[in-house]
Amino acid sequence: MSMDSEAIHRAMDRIAHEIAERAQENGGDLAIVGIRRGGVHLARRLQAQLASLLGKEPPLGTLDIALYRDDLSRSGAAPVVGPTEIRFPVEGKDILLVDDVLYTGRTIRAALDEIVDFGRPRRVWLAVLVDRGGRELPIAADFAGATVRVPAGEDVEVRLVEGGAPTDAVVIQPRGHA
Amino acid sequence: MIGTHRHLTGLEELSREEILQVLDLATSMKEVLSRPLKKVPSLRGKLVVNLFFEASTRTRSSFEIASKVLSADAVNWTASSSSVTKGETLVDTARNLEAMRPDVLVIRHPCGGAPRLVADHVGCAVVSAGDGAHEHPSQGLLDCFTLREKLGTLEGKTIAVVGDISHSRVARSDLHSMPKLGAKMRLCGPPTMMPIGIERIGGCTVHHDLREAVEGADAVVMLRIQHERIGDPLIPGTREYSRLWGLNARKAAEWLKPECVILHPGPINRGVELSPEVADGPRSLILDQVQNGVAVRMAILYLLAGGSPEVHPAGGARS
Repeated sequence: MSMDSEAIHRAMDRIAHEIAERAQENGGDLAIVGIRRGGVHLARRLQAQLASLLGKEPPLGTLDIALYRDDLSRSGAAPVVGPTEIRFPVEGKDILLVDDVLYTGRTIRAALDEIVDFGRPRRVWLAVLVDRGGRELPIAADFAGATVRVPAGEDVEVRLVEGGAPTDAVVIQPRGHA
Repeated sequence: MIGTHRHLTGLEELSREEILQVLDLATSMKEVLSRPLKKVPSLRGKLVVNLFFEASTRTRSSFEIASKVLSADAVNWTASSSSVTKGETLVDTARNLEAMRPDVLVIRHPCGGAPRLVADHVGCAVVSAGDGAHEHPSQGLLDCFTLREKLGTLEGKTIAVVGDISHSRVARSDLHSMPKLGAKMRLCGPPTMMPIGIERIGGCTVHHDLREAVEGADAVVMLRIQHERIGDPLIPGTREYSRLWGLNARKAAEWLKPECVILHPGPINRGVELSPEVADGPRSLILDQVQNGVAVRMAILYLLAGGSPEVHPAGGARS
């Protein structure tokens, strides 16, 4: 399985409509948080799409979960910590967490811990472009562009033009191939 | 690990890339300090022991706060209340502390080289919080961080360091870091407080006239006279020192570039090296330095307490 630019755009379109519908049903105060680094560009795209669907641009933040990882003492060098920027109050918001690939669920666990340290959101949704299965924690996506079972020895790589790729693509390849 | 180093005992041994690694990480750490809830769990279960053989408020609290923001536990040991007063050697004290399984030992000692000696005898990471007149690496890094934040870069900037260069570990740490980031250094002070041959470290020129040293500089680091490290008097009196090497409002207005900023590692001797108008004036970054000190020390602790030397096979599962 792989996704080309057109498939990605279709998937993002569908997710955006689903989110807009859910947001309108709930009548809440929506805010988007992209998880660094893969989720940030997708979060920005969703922000633009949701702005036109809802007639109001939801605020956008970015989250780096390095300081909330559970494998710090197991990994060799300490992971690089990128900037977290959440410039709106999280209290009472409907937070849409955005990441590119959902796999073990550990990143989302860390992101949830970090988000609640900023305040108490009314609820948190999760949107991902690819759900590849292989969960190690009881975590599920509310919105997924594609759901596909990928064996543990393979990587799902999301390449976006914002990240310097010539064209949007999702590529599945043996680990360490990149 | 900071680059290839398990300990931080001086900036002399750090490369430009290793210094930048700490400064970049400190930028992310500074954001954590601006959050409504100033705590992240990354060093949960880690133990930081502060072992201080010299008086300190700023540095010790800074390391303690940095530990706590990262969720590490911090324990303070001060020499006056320890068995050092009962005749225990430094290495024995360190080994006994190590038996309590700390992850990082932060040590301040009146003798240069003490943290290095301890690092050679213990298994945990050792961070120098200042050793004699040798180095004060976390202060040097926070000076670099503060200047980079205000000036954008240190590349091509001129930085004057004024005062008791001989006894200042801050001067030495600044001198071992700022030129690596592209800064040109001017060292200035009375001849009796200027080590002979210091210009051999590189990247600096030596001056004895304050005006010559600060004119055209982008930043001035003012230092305190380290009375506690001076035996025989090196200057006739503090009034004369102040007149020749102190910075007051008039000299600042006449000699400094309008955008020139002023740093001081503290504690300040008001009216000696800095007049109150200058210390509290718009050029002063002294309180920025204190605030940035916590972020820089968080970065140091995170890098040294974080990973274990064995490499995790998968490099940590993501997503």
